[in-house]
Order: sequence, then structure tokens, then C-alpha cells
Amino acid sequence: MSILVIAEHDNTSIRPSTLNTIAAAKLLGDDIHLFVATNNSELPNSASTIESISKVISSVDDTLEHQLPEALAPMIKEVATSYSHVLAPATTFGKNLMPRASALLDSQQISDISGVIDQDTFKRPIYAGSCIATVKSNDSIKLITVRATAFDPVQLSGGSAAVESFDSVVSNDKSEFVSEEIAKSDRPELTAADVIISGGRGMQSGDNFHLLETIADKLGAAVGASRAAVDAGFVPNDYQVGQTGKIVAPNLYIAVGISGAIQHLAGMKDSKVIVAINKDEDAPIFQVSDYGLVADLFNALPELADKI
Amino acid sequence: MKILVPIKRVVDYNVKVRPLSDNSNVDLNNVKMAVNPFCEIAVEEAVRLKESGTATEIIAVTVGTPASQEQLRTALALGCDRAILIESEENPEPLVIAKALAKIFEEENPDLIILGKQAIDGDNNQTGQMLSAILDLPQATFASKLVIEGQTANVTREIDGGLQTIKVNLPAIVTTDLRLNEPRYASLPNIMKAKKKELATKNINDLGIDTSARTEIISVELPPQREAGIKVESVDELVDKLKNEAKAI
Repeated sequence: MSILVIAEHDNTSIRPSTLNTIAAAKLLGDDIHLFVATNNSELPNSASTIESISKVISSVDDTLEHQLPEALAPMIKEVATSYSHVLAPATTFGKNLMPRASALLDSQQISDISGVIDQDTFKRPIYAGSCIATVKSNDSIKLITVRATAFDPVQLSGGSAAVESFDSVVSNDKSEFVSEEIAKSDRPELTAADVIISGGRGMQSGDNFHLLETIADKLGAAVGASRAAVDAGFVPNDYQVGQTGKIVAPNLYIAVGISGAIQHLAGMKDSKVIVAINKDEDAPIFQVSDYGLVADLFNALPELADKI
Repeated sequence: MKILVPIKRVVDYNVKVRPLSDNSNVDLNNVKMAVNPFCEIAVEEAVRLKESGTATEIIAVTVGTPASQEQLRTALALGCDRAILIESEENPEPLVIAKALAKIFEEENPDLIILGKQAIDGDNNQTGQMLSAILDLPQATFASKLVIEGQTANVTREIDGGLQTIKVNLPAIVTTDLRLNEPRYASLPNIMKAKKKELATKNINDLGIDTSARTEIISVELPPQREAGIKVESVDELVDKLKNEAKAI
């Protein structure tokens, strides 16, 4: 049986999380199809060059601009019947959509997998990553969301998939899109960044985040925050790294004034190199960091900005 | 307006959970239990809608073992009017919970269902969306703002990279994100009063739904532990290590 991947995109380009999801699909089978529901008739063609997929199933309609789950889930239900597995990224897009499709198919979804053991068996973090469960699914069609950071992405180019259209668009009179506020930044997105510098409660105020931004600009890094810093109102919630925020795994993660609550560690402990700067030498963050600097961040950050 | 608030009994968020010694599951012996934090936010939002005169009745419901009565009493102390316990085995799967909740929806006909976006035990993030699918109702997940306007709700949702606002027809299912509100604590007089509020019990096997488990837990393990590295003495040493040892900058 073939594997279906649901593409996450912004109607202009395919999001990187889709490429990680295809990488997970490759561990399940060779015949991978990509479902692209969009209002842009060019997008399915440009998606057809993604490595490792054999077919793009394209549904193009003006009503699909915002991909609301009330419309999309019934379409997935219809397409899914010829597949053994249906995968989507465990982003807010996939988390919103997939359980709805799963219930329509009477299948118990497996959420946020971080590993594939075999066709039926998967690893996934539970209890905010305190434990890893190995779970076996007995459903005939398995719906799965994929933790993007756990799988190295496939390439956007190099493939030449056939494009097939799927025309049965479902009308949705239950919900409608009103507006969207996407934070604009010249810095990379947290989930796609190679380097991240994050601040915690120790930053003391939102204004002090400029100390992190100076360093971020030098390193081409994204700026993140702990939940404590978000809850204190220093920065908006889309900065949040942690179990209830974004899960990241950059090459370099610099945690500044972050004590290292389980909640935060769950979101960043798969980073390749971790640096912690904290004045409390007993802070739990030092137990997971490769390089720890016990220092007052208000002295250390300007010096670091000068020397990198 | 009548609001149904499904809640869940979970391990207290301060507890560090470990696997059992045979790795068959997590060790929940003598562990402190509590209302799932996202469910507390759901209860709070419903109570605020009642306080503002929008809602008239709030019903808390849970699917779980008889021990879950404790969490229903907490919900009653926080301001829910009555509660329903659907007795089941331990840890039913989200699809089973959604099917059971759908039956309660059919009996109670609420105008709004508010529940947590995920429970902090399994971290599945499924029940609300599944319930919406089964009932063929609109869903507004990961809500950070909820405004009721007549027969519709305007909901601002936390999405990757920002916020999205959608409008859903009622009845609808709303799942809560962290920033929707800050839940209150139950006062002692309200805890006393909650003991007298109605708590009905049903058995999940009497609801006429398929309760069979579709998945099995093969094992539960600790994640690979990260070794603590070294402490550096100065910013100079840190920059040197990052450049020449880790080659990270």
C-alpha cells in the first residue's frame, strides 16, 4: 500500500515541515503521494519536484485558501481509503486537521511520532517528553502526525512526480476565516533556524531582549523564549520554545536566564549544541548544556555580542 | 446558553513521571493527580461566560475511573453547576472519549463545548477535533480569545507564527490554549458548596459505542539522557569552544 502525506503550505510554497514528514513516510514505504489542497494552481506543479514522492494529488479551488479542517478533513477521508498510512506534520496545521480526519475514518490517530519501528509501531514522547512510548496501532488506515525535528528533511528538488487532480471539493458552511496576524521578522523562523538564542525570566523585561537580538543578528539566529518569559509578558507567545510552544532542534541553542524547567527542556533538548548562561550555578539547564557559563547575563551578553 | 466542559484527571504537572521498572507503562503509583491544566482554562472560560450573563448553565463531564470524581468536584468548586462521570477503564483512547462525549452532547444539547487542547499525560491533542468530526460541528482549536456573538463565536487561535481569527456557527467545539485566561483557585466556601452539587454517574458500556482499544503500548522508556558538558570560566572561553571545538559558530 502507498503512503499519503498531507502538504502544509501557505499557498505560495511548501513548508519545510512537509519535507520532514515525507522523510518519516520513507521509513514506511516507497510509494509516497503528496496531497496538496490550495487555491493556487501553480503549487501542485512546483511540489512535484520534491524528492522521493511519486505522485501529487492536487485539489485546487478558491475555497481552499485557508484550508479549514471542516472542508479538508472530509476530503482526506475520501482520498485516504487507498492508503495504509496518512501523515501530516505535528504543527498547528496538522494538529488541527488530522484528528478530525482520523475520527471520520474511525481510526485512532498516533500523534507526534519521533520514530518509526515498523509499519504498525511508532515511538512518541509522552508527559512533555519525560518518557518515550512505543505504541502499536491496529487500525487498517493509520493517521499519524510527525514531529518534524525528529526526521531529516528530504530535498525540495530532484523529484519528478506525476500530478493528478482530485476534484471533489467539500463545501463548508460551518466556519469561516476572518483574519490572520503573522508575526513579521527579518530573522529566521524558530522551527527552521540553524541557531536559536532564547531568554527566560532572568531577562527581567521585554526591553532587555534587545541584548539577545543583537547577538541573533550577528549569528543569523532566531530569538526564542521560555514559557516563564512569555507568561511574564516579556515577549509574545509565538516566541515560546517548549512542550506547549515550539519544538526545536537547531545546531546551536543558547539559553540565557532560563532555569531549565522540564517544560522548556522538552522543546529544545534535541538541539545539537546547547549553551547555557545563568547566574545560578545549580540551575537544571546546566545538566543538559554542553557549555555552561555561570555569569550575570547583563555583563555576559554585551561581551558575547562584541566577541562573536 | 448551555456549556459542556469535558475535563480530564491527569498526573499533576509538577510531577516528573518515570517508567515502571518493567517498562510496561508509566509509574503512576502514589503520584499526585490533578485537573489537566488546559481543562482548568476551559472551566474558567465557561465560568466567565456565565458571570458575564452569556451562559446560564455549565456541565462538567469526564470519562474515567471513579477516582475522577475528585476532579469533577474541583470543577464544581470552580463554578460548574453539575457534573457527569462516565465510568470507564483506565486511560481510554481519545477516539473512545470523543464517542462517549458525543453521546452526552446528544442528551444535553449544549450550545458550546469548551475543552483543553491536550491532556498533559498522553499529549495527544485529539479529543476536541474528533468530537467535532463525530458531531459534524465546527471546531476552533488552540483558542486564545473567545467572543460569543449571537449564534456565532469569533475565536482567535494560536497558530505557528502568529494568530488566526475564525468565525464558527454554534454549537461549536472550542479547545483552549494557554493564553485564553488565567484560571482562578477554588475558595473554601465554594469547595464546601461543591460537595452538594449534582454528580451523575453513567457507565461507558451503556452508551452504545465501540469502546475497543485500537492501539497498544509496547513499552515506555526514559528518553536518551543528555550528558552534562563543561562549565566555561569566561565569555572568551565560550566563544573559543564554540568556534574551535563545537564548530557551531
